[in-house]
Amino acid sequence: MGEGPRSSLLCWAPRLTLLLLLGPVAAGLVGTVLPAFGYLPALGGLTFNLDPWRTLFDAPGLQESVRLSFVTGLGVTFVSFAIVVLFVAGWHGTHGFARLQRFLSPLLSVPHVTVAFGLAFLLAPSGWIFRLTSPWLTGYDRPPDLIIVQDPDGWAFIAGLAVKEIPFLFLMMLAAIGQVDAARARTMARTMGYGATTAWLKAVFPLVYRQIRLPVFAVLAFAASVVDVAIVLAPSTPPPLAVQLLRWFNDPELAMRFVASAGAVLQLGVVLAVFAVWWLGERLVACVGRIWIRRGSRGRQDGALRYGAAGALTLSFLAAFLGLASMALWSITGRWRFPDALPAQLSVDPWVNNASRLGEASLNTATVGLVAALVGLVLALACLENESRHGRPATGRVLILLYLPLLIPQIAFLFGGQVLLVMSNLDGAWIAVVWAHLLFVSPYVFLSLADPYRSWDERYARAARCLGASPLRVFCQIKLPMLLRPILVAAAVGFAVSVGLYLPTLFAGAGRVDTLTTEAVALASGADRRAIGVYALAQMTLPFLAFLLAAAIPAWLYRDRRGLRVTA
Amino acid sequence: MRLLIATMILLLGFASPGLAQSWDDVVARAKGQTVFWNAWGGDERINAYIAWAGEQVRDRYGVSVEHVRLSDTSDAVARVVAEKAAGRTEGGSVDLIWINGENFASMKRNKLLFGPWTEQAPNYRFVDTVNKKTTTVDFTVPVDNLEAPWGMAQVVFMHDTAHVASPPKSIPGLLEWAKANPGRFAYPQPPNFHGTTFLKQALIELAPDAGVLLAPAANVSDVTAPLWTYLDELHPVLWRRGEVFPQNGPAVTRLLDDGEVSIALSFQPAEASGLIASGKLPDTVRTFVLENGTIGNTNFVAIPFNAKAREGAMVLADFLMSPEAQAHKQDPKVWGSFTVLDVNALPVAAKAAFDALDLGVATLSPGELGATQLEPHPTWVAALEAEWAKRYASGK
Repeated sequence: MGEGPRSSLLCWAPRLTLLLLLGPVAAGLVGTVLPAFGYLPALGGLTFNLDPWRTLFDAPGLQESVRLSFVTGLGVTFVSFAIVVLFVAGWHGTHGFARLQRFLSPLLSVPHVTVAFGLAFLLAPSGWIFRLTSPWLTGYDRPPDLIIVQDPDGWAFIAGLAVKEIPFLFLMMLAAIGQVDAARARTMARTMGYGATTAWLKAVFPLVYRQIRLPVFAVLAFAASVVDVAIVLAPSTPPPLAVQLLRWFNDPELAMRFVASAGAVLQLGVVLAVFAVWWLGERLVACVGRIWIRRGSRGRQDGALRYGAAGALTLSFLAAFLGLASMALWSITGRWRFPDALPAQLSVDPWVNNASRLGEASLNTATVGLVAALVGLVLALACLENESRHGRPATGRVLILLYLPLLIPQIAFLFGGQVLLVMSNLDGAWIAVVWAHLLFVSPYVFLSLADPYRSWDERYARAARCLGASPLRVFCQIKLPMLLRPILVAAAVGFAVSVGLYLPTLFAGAGRVDTLTTEAVALASGADRRAIGVYALAQMTLPFLAFLLAAAIPAWLYRDRRGLRVTA
Repeated sequence: MRLLIATMILLLGFASPGLAQSWDDVVARAKGQTVFWNAWGGDERINAYIAWAGEQVRDRYGVSVEHVRLSDTSDAVARVVAEKAAGRTEGGSVDLIWINGENFASMKRNKLLFGPWTEQAPNYRFVDTVNKKTTTVDFTVPVDNLEAPWGMAQVVFMHDTAHVASPPKSIPGLLEWAKANPGRFAYPQPPNFHGTTFLKQALIELAPDAGVLLAPAANVSDVTAPLWTYLDELHPVLWRRGEVFPQNGPAVTRLLDDGEVSIALSFQPAEASGLIASGKLPDTVRTFVLENGTIGNTNFVAIPFNAKAREGAMVLADFLMSPEAQAHKQDPKVWGSFTVLDVNALPVAAKAAFDALDLGVATLSPGELGATQLEPHPTWVAALEAEWAKRYASGK
């Protein structure tokens, strides 16, 4: 009855999605691996050889670059994961927990590099903390010559990334807790005399960890290969591997592209090594954890752990917000010299001077983000609807495939991707940028929509079907309106992800499609804090508007419907 | 003098029959084109000037200009190189590049540039090719009319008089000063343009015979040995003990404003005045040069061989060389980049615009700026950058 062909079309949705997302990744990887072994006919590389690798390993500072990337990947993930787990373990279900939760979305929606800018200014020896405390406390009337930001060991880099990954893992943790019966398991353990943290770690953590494993690996891959944050916070003598690769890739000496490709393969290896170490760590924790659980220690003295985790989390939130506030302040600053605590003179000049570029970049950012989010949304809806009609939830393997663009270092397939784009004359095309964004937007849209979609009560559909409605009508007239809120939130998440993307925009856009993020990173090299402040504020505003709309539209549409009104 | 130039133009015009289209044709074809101008985008004031120039040519010639903001000029060179490799001989994505030095040398060597064409541009006749030799010889490489000059640059040092009583007069003097004031001098990390320039400036003064630097790099380790000895001594007393380097010139300027450093290098004699005027440097900042002179060069714009909007790029380049655009650019409130034109040979009205400029409190007069030294041959740059990276940027 007409539904046959349509639903068979729907059957193709997951396959089409994977093709759209994984096709470019696979092709890009091939386009990176071949030149790494000397093969790239366009540049005169006709034979396979190991020359790129020899040059790569002779490059000064390579070892240190690799070490930085490796340590950052593990360090960032470990620190942010530990803080989130200990905090959730100690505080889940309390008032403070609920209160902190409210700060999550604004922090999540801000691009990484924006937070990095804020932190860079907050922490530098001429930064806000020193300005607020000088000279009355510190005695400095000139900034001290201290290495804080861009320190050779990368501590500032690790801290800066952790500040942004903590809210991400926190949110993932919240979603995971919702899927297991966390509250009851924990209450049970409490009644047996376990301390709050210990009860959660022993009874809930093993259930939850499986759920957030993929996001954790995404953080590992991201931290080990990020470029934009590294430009702002990481050391540069030498820089982390990914930054060095970008330099080589942009070298006018063409032979360096082969080296850059070999380096990109090495970057892939670094990420895999980081995965392997984490995996070993998982095994170790599982072993030790089992013994720990079996021993039955009640761990009632967990005060230090609880307050330590809460302190670390609050500190990271505070640092992020203060940093962002300082950026906002810089955007309206005329004159602000060390050691003044606040600008001596305010001015609208930064906004006026940047108005035209800002408008253009905002427009690009908004249109690319909107289209990428909408396409991602349609794909996710099609996949989920197909799944609900056939009653087969996505298996773990499919999820990994969907997550793949987040697990492979961007630089490893963007190199090859750009070669393909140039060959097909698509480089610098708007559509290429949207597609590149889609790779990273879709997984997040899917993730944020999947749970609400799957937990929707199918009995509504059954009732409607009994009344003679076609599946399409059920979908359009019942499911969509009822799920409008999570759908819009998923779109907003996708939009926010798109706003923050740097490398994909740079590579697919060929310098022609400027977004707020590419502009801001370009300005970071020029270093006028006022201009950076303007772009940072714009970067914050766009995702915020998206989330605002996602909340306001359903509230307004359903203002007369109590059953659909937002209660939370 | 002007007759001489006119004759030269005529001769050059005849010498390039391949470019038979008249300037009017060029202007006519340019109309409606969009020029993707690839130019370093790290300085707000320069970006604003580029935007202004774009508006002017849009209003006058119907040519749209898109400023592709680069973090390094080599990004654009790399893109053209890649396009040539991919066989894209027309419809390229780069129409005009702000360029000089080793990037120009490499593009010229690899035949990646369109031209010669600058003699066709009407405003080129105002360029001072006699006294400003670097308008025809770019880092010792003949320009051959492949790139249009649009600004003069000379190394100067900015210092905050609140902290520096008497600035050093030489490169060894700078080391002495830094030892007495540890942590208060920084130069950007090579291969950044300003960073490499500092290396070259130091090398010119320290090399046993600076003359060899004008020829292609040879006998590198002997010639550069004194430089590395110097840097080994300087780095422990640099800002952050030389463990962290600022990324580029403006980053050092910001450090100067923050009071983190007291001396910073600039490539624009009027930069300090402009930044004081726009509230980005304290009004105690002044400029000094070294007693043996400092490096001077010229900024150019060039058109890649496969540019899509070639005519539009020519029209834009011609406008950039016009007395009006050059005077606007020399205004320290706008940019403060010195003109490439022979101001004394300009028509009266055009000359008046230059004479009316207030060069600002911190700008040295042409006399005070002293002698300019020539840039070393571009091949030295690669040698210096590679050795620097090996010595100072490969970790502990």
